Amino acid sequence: MNSQITNILLVGVGGQGILLASEILSEAFMLAGHDVKKSEIHGMSQRGGSVVSHVRFGSQVFSPVVPEGEGDILFGFELLETCRYLPLLRPGASVIANDFRIPPPSVLLGQALYPEGLVESIRSQVSDFLLVDGLKLASEAGNPRAANTVLLGAVSNRLPLPEEIWLRALEKMVPKKALDINIKAFALGRSL
Amino acid sequence: MKEILSGNEAIARGAFEAGCRVASAYPGTPSTEILENACTYPEIDASWAPNEKVALEVAIGASFGGARSMACMKHVGVNVAADPLFTLSYTGVGGGLVLVVADDPEMHSSQDEQDSRNYARFAKVPMLEPADSMECKEYTRMAFELSEQFDTPVMLRSCTRISHGKSIVEMGERITGLPEPKLVKNPAKLVMLPGNARVRHPLVEERTVRLSEYGDVSQLNRVEYRQKRIGVICCGVTYQYVREVLPDVSTLKLGMVYPLPKQLIAEFAAQVERLFVVEELDPFIEDQVRALGIAVTGKEIIPLCGELSPGRIRTAFASAGITPPKTASPGATNLALPPRPPNMCPGCPHRGVFYLLNRANAYVTGDIGCYTLGFMPPLNAMDTCVCMGASISNGSGIVRVLPPEEQRRIVAVIGDSTFLHTGVNSLMEMAWNRSPATVLILDNRITAMTGRQENPASGFTLDGEAAPQVSIPDLCRALGIRHVREVDPYDLEATKRALDEEMNRPEPSVVITTRACCLIKGEDRFEKGTMLRVDQDACTGCKACLRIGCPAIEWQPAPEGKKGKAFIDPLLCTGCTVCLQLCKFNAIGRAV
Ligand code: SF4
Ligand code: SF4
Ligand code: SF4
Repeated sequence: MNSQITNILLVGVGGQGILLASEILSEAFMLAGHDVKKSEIHGMSQRGGSVVSHVRFGSQVFSPVVPEGEGDILFGFELLETCRYLPLLRPGASVIANDFRIPPPSVLLGQALYPEGLVESIRSQVSDFLLVDGLKLASEAGNPRAANTVLLGAVSNRLPLPEEIWLRALEKMVPKKALDINIKAFALGRSL
Repeated sequence: MKEILSGNEAIARGAFEAGCRVASAYPGTPSTEILENACTYPEIDASWAPNEKVALEVAIGASFGGARSMACMKHVGVNVAADPLFTLSYTGVGGGLVLVVADDPEMHSSQDEQDSRNYARFAKVPMLEPADSMECKEYTRMAFELSEQFDTPVMLRSCTRISHGKSIVEMGERITGLPEPKLVKNPAKLVMLPGNARVRHPLVEERTVRLSEYGDVSQLNRVEYRQKRIGVICCGVTYQYVREVLPDVSTLKLGMVYPLPKQLIAEFAAQVERLFVVEELDPFIEDQVRALGIAVTGKEIIPLCGELSPGRIRTAFASAGITPPKTASPGATNLALPPRPPNMCPGCPHRGVFYLLNRANAYVTGDIGCYTLGFMPPLNAMDTCVCMGASISNGSGIVRVLPPEEQRRIVAVIGDSTFLHTGVNSLMEMAWNRSPATVLILDNRITAMTGRQENPASGFTLDGEAAPQVSIPDLCRALGIRHVREVDPYDLEATKRALDEEMNRPEPSVVITTRACCLIKGEDRFEKGTMLRVDQDACTGCKACLRIGCPAIEWQPAPEGKKGKAFIDPLLCTGCTVCLQLCKFNAIGRAV
């Protein structure tokens, strides 16, 4: 266990923009002068499969993957996936999740139901749990597609970086024409 | 200047800084992005090859011409490129030559998890293995230097966690002053006939001894003494896991994993009370250490299969009584969570084809690509998948052992890129020997699985330039197939007719389904249709449209006693119309 390192897990469904969000996080930590490593799996998992991206920062990071049971922050893009990866967290970790459901294949085919009670299950295990209506807040910011950035804003409150670093990372990673809306979306998330 | 780079980006950067001029590859996860990044440096002539053997041979040619060159591939690609690799070990190089191989422990996106280090030993070439992105860049640069210094190709081994992991890299400049390429006649070295090869082989053996001695003193292999009760030999990403989990132990980190530095290993072993080797996959280092007569613990505690992780290493050392067992993990939910396997995209041109194959009771010899997902429910329409190009030859073999009434069921299914990779030889065999199977070439105009790379039939090169296009129908005819027809896979009726007729034909035939992958951007190669919707009044809930497994179609159960209905997600639907053709109740139509 290395208490000098902060471990973030981004989880969701392939195609939800998880890779971009983890790039922005990594960029911000580097700009703030930390050592950073990140890891994720491309390939098969992109086609609508379950995706987990690991981002770690601190003075010196060894493993690019978060050791099992040491996750500090879970950044969930989808509820079922958020629940799936809870076992990777340490006791007392934070969970920031988008209030969003994407049915997996068995549910689409009518062979299973999307599980009920996910939110309650997470809440019963995680004391710092923030459920965010990303879509609604992103629409307020001007584009529902900026939901990830709203979430990122909420996550940023749990991380020791000044606002200015976040804005620089956004500026570097987000396409110019979408930047204004993303900055607004980030601020909405950060105000939660 | 510092940047955060993936291992693959850093390898491309290393090749650039090393003065590499030519790079060739066939895409394969997790290696694909190396060439895509090499292509961003105008100084590197980077291009896709139809397969890995050709890629390596292109690099060999450039090296013989005196330029630094690189070939990149995934682990199984080396199987295809093995033939030139083994001879190249004998000829040695002109300009430095680096063969980058990216392994995929855990098979995140592969059919096996072979350990490429065995190739280095088998072909008698040195292999370097970086442990983060900075080392990816530095080792690539050093690999070019070593290649010239020892007159040998050098393999650089990465793995999924290194290639697709990101870490911070200090950028450097491109070196200058390398000799200009020129033609050199040296048949004794470059023409590998028996007489010449017999002279070269002893040189290869001597080279290996010299490389091992170099490893004893090279900065590539690094001893770090901490407490000396336990010493761990490790390499690559495993080094990072060991440092994470066992921060106090002494380590010998091998940057050159073949040949091993025998002296250095003996010294390290003598300094520590108990020696371990922690390595992913095979006991490659362990067996060689043991052969030196050194007592070592390795695969007795370290798993042989799958990817290692900090947790697995912690558990292994706990089992050996060295670390305390892990405290119980919190947070597992007691809800049943349905799995989420990958699926073909909404509107994928392959979907309807697999639906028809299923209905036709075909026995499908399959191949490697997105379409391998056609084996999953509800399509359930792939019966074998071995390696690139195997679908056609497997089909050709299987029909030979079947009674005539069963032969019609054999359909070999292969994508355009895989066909051009190694399927062409197989089709040549099938035509030549008149195997009465049907071949279905799913031509989606791109190499989709690895993230949409161009191929010889797509009309573009890696750098986006227009290029001559292989005509797949003409190629099939030229190989001796008399019955070649093209259909639009979005037209289920026409595709069904073509399949029925060709499956019943007692001779080899080819059906080509032509439709672009939905994810191709630009060039108007994929045209999105009008999205469809389900008329909730007309829908009888018959579930016929669910049988294709399109992620845009969702079953909406109704309360007790009532019928559920299908629903189309307007954000996902591409308007391919395949579901519409399956609905007998005209409940699916264009959204208004
Ligand atoms: S990437 Fe293209 S070929 Fe692959 S599943 Fe998606 S649409 Fe089909
Ligand atoms: S096929 Fe037509 S009627 Fe049957 S469930 Fe689908 S939309 Fe409804
Ligand atoms: S038309 Fe039907 S099958 Fe095609 S993408 Fe839309 S919902 Fe899926």
